[in-house]
Amino acid sequence: MTYDYSILIGGAAGQGSRKAGLIIAKLLSELGYRIFIYDDYQSLIRGGHSFSQIRASKSKVLSHRKKIDFLLALDETTVKKHRADLDEKGIIIYNSDEVSLNDKKAVGIAIKTIVKKTGGVSIMGNAALVACFAKIIGIDWKTLEKLFKKEFKKFQELNIKIAKVAFDSSPNLFKIKRLNQKQALLLTGNEAVALGAVKAGLDFYVAYPMTPATGILHYLAKHKKDFNVAVSQLENEVGVVNAAVGAAYTGARTMVGTSGGGFALMSEGFSLAAQSEIPLVIVESQRMSPASGVPTYNGQGDLLFALTAGHGDILRFVIAPGDADEACFWAGKILNLSWKYQTPSILLIDKEISESTFNFDKNILDKIKCEKPLVWDKKGKYLRYKNTKKGVSPFAFPGEKKVIVKANSYEHDEFGITIDDEEGIEKMQNKRLRKFREMKKEVDKLEAVKIYGKKQAKKAIVVWGSTKGPAKEAAEKLGIKMIQPIILEPFPEKQMKKALKGVNKLVLLEANGLGQMEKVLNCYGIKVDKKILKYNARPFLPEEIEKQLSKL
Amino acid sequence: MSNKNLKLDTYAENTWCPRCGNFGILAALKKVISSLVEKGLPKENIVVVSGIGCSSKIIDYLNLNTFSSLHGRPIVSAEGIKAGNPNLKVIVCAGDGGIYNEGISHLVHAAKRNTDITVLVHNNRNFALTAGQFTATSPKGFKGKSAPEGSIEKPFNPLKLMLASNATFIARGYSAKINHLKDLIIKGVEHKGFSFIDILQPCVSFFNTYQLYNEKVYEEKNENLTSEKEALKKAGEWNYGKDNSKIPIGIFYEIQRPVYEKELLGNLIPAKRTKKVDFKKVLEELK
Repeated sequence: MTYDYSILIGGAAGQGSRKAGLIIAKLLSELGYRIFIYDDYQSLIRGGHSFSQIRASKSKVLSHRKKIDFLLALDETTVKKHRADLDEKGIIIYNSDEVSLNDKKAVGIAIKTIVKKTGGVSIMGNAALVACFAKIIGIDWKTLEKLFKKEFKKFQELNIKIAKVAFDSSPNLFKIKRLNQKQALLLTGNEAVALGAVKAGLDFYVAYPMTPATGILHYLAKHKKDFNVAVSQLENEVGVVNAAVGAAYTGARTMVGTSGGGFALMSEGFSLAAQSEIPLVIVESQRMSPASGVPTYNGQGDLLFALTAGHGDILRFVIAPGDADEACFWAGKILNLSWKYQTPSILLIDKEISESTFNFDKNILDKIKCEKPLVWDKKGKYLRYKNTKKGVSPFAFPGEKKVIVKANSYEHDEFGITIDDEEGIEKMQNKRLRKFREMKKEVDKLEAVKIYGKKQAKKAIVVWGSTKGPAKEAAEKLGIKMIQPIILEPFPEKQMKKALKGVNKLVLLEANGLGQMEKVLNCYGIKVDKKILKYNARPFLPEEIEKQLSKL
Repeated sequence: MSNKNLKLDTYAENTWCPRCGNFGILAALKKVISSLVEKGLPKENIVVVSGIGCSSKIIDYLNLNTFSSLHGRPIVSAEGIKAGNPNLKVIVCAGDGGIYNEGISHLVHAAKRNTDITVLVHNNRNFALTAGQFTATSPKGFKGKSAPEGSIEKPFNPLKLMLASNATFIARGYSAKINHLKDLIIKGVEHKGFSFIDILQPCVSFFNTYQLYNEKVYEEKNENLTSEKEALKKAGEWNYGKDNSKIPIGIFYEIQRPVYEKELLGNLIPAKRTKKVDFKKVLEELK
């Protein structure tokens, strides 16, 4: 037995399929299953079609898959859209008040009738569908009721009443096995980013809402007292980035979050942070296409933009974690790196990481420390831009006695006074370039490139960001090597070349149309033999990667 | 304490044109700093934030904590500084081009929030450092290289805009009346919340308004500062056009309203956070 189930629950927006999906995930999580939830929704408030796909597996998974074992339909569209992906042994559970289905194996439940008779409102139909599913897979009422009490804070009694009626009127078709392993934690990538940053000493989060990064703002706003963090929503992304640089000037460890469009507006502030040598962390969660693009769907098309955004010579860290655990760790790391090198940096994630739900390894938090940056030793006159050997000038912050802290967006001398003489400019440029060399050395010390699959294989794939999840699964199954660069700037050239030793065929996978990572690899003399690109705004699936790679 | 003892000057060479209105603003600001320090404000708690342009060169001439922001962004930079460490006194010095053109959204929102900063607009009514183009407060017909036949846009009145944006302290000064300006700025800085001072500043090279202002400007001693209606009436006496009206300076409006940073942060000082975070409760929620 593989113990790897896939459950899809769908309906119109406003029917509560996401919440129902989360409850189902938690039910299975309690049984010891490892969970991944893919959330697919449109940019609308009511109507349309949205669904959650829950994968419950014995071992940790980082992706959903194409085949479905249980199709839970709140409406007819769900059945129509997803029936083709149902496994031959799969079961459809559907709202028989809205869907008529001629399928002996399907289980119909009169959701609308139950809700009406019990005195509920239509969204509570999700409770009925969850209860029906729970009964079918052999979960007892007490377990379900306990979870409902935890999950429904509003209209708890009514939801439980509805669930009970649905539970009693549903059949039990099999008994799902309880796995002998401890329940794991569940969180979204956005939540993981927030936790990692907080652990690394985040003091201030500033944002303007933009999907798919908004979840970070929501999570930190909800927990600002627990985390002792200030959270502010400002008038636009230009305001956000400039306020963040201002706050960091006072010594507050600050982070902002946005998507590509918001980051485009932030690029002037990115330059400001670089020139004034003030730490700035931007979380850029990508979505598909330029401009407004496809707001609620995935893409990896901002790679080259992230590497080059901002005017002038800019030193930066760009780090692209591939799942929630990595997002947590690197969110903390990038905050520390930004403060260590007084430089702007980008945590480049995407919709798949931001909004999917993963199992979380809480031990990662122990690996993150709030690292103290280089501060002034209080000797001599304080110079904000002191010309040091390694290019990093010690910090002091306004408010400190006998210290004058001058931050300057113009080219400046060591004290911070505006200059335009050639000698002075070259001196400051050289100082910053020395800093960049130190940043490169720092990357060499970190695990900037990860390797999965069969490590001696001659055939290898390169992936970055969320493509890691489905690609890792395919690579392990096919017995090929998978290489995942995590730090993308300064590029880990040495580690990458080491990872490529013995590889004679290299395939690149990424979710954009131009194959942007190929351009990056080419800069370092790395040739790609074949590209597999996906740009329909949906994430790669393990099965399709497997199929495409088998063809090669 | 005198300027000399405070050592407010720097080694930077002053590059303003002779007789530039900015000299008056710098002189007034130095007097303000001296007075505030005399009253007990630690000098190191003062931060002057600038944008770019002639006005913003002021930061190089002040031996104080300064933050040179981008064009149009000093207000929101200042908001970040104030939120990062609310113990700091934050004063913005920037021009009309930056505040009323490039960064107008930040002005409106800072006023709406009642963020506790003071904004001094060095309003020379043109983009001077780029050699004399029209701004939002240039009069209609203003001639510059971008509008050789004269600007076809009517200016807006920033005081009215500030009233509509719920600013809690609205004033206008004149760079040639240094002591009057000094008093205005002190009142602005001491005001709890957002204080806005539009400063008429002649530009000797591209829009020399000395004669005009010397004739028209008069010191208004408004009694009823909490009346929006009175303020609007007073602000409307002159609309930054070429009309022949008198130009009142002084405080137009002042009310008290909760300060943004206090409501945002409570007692938290992000730049000086020490309390450790307990993750236990938060992790428990992830089950």
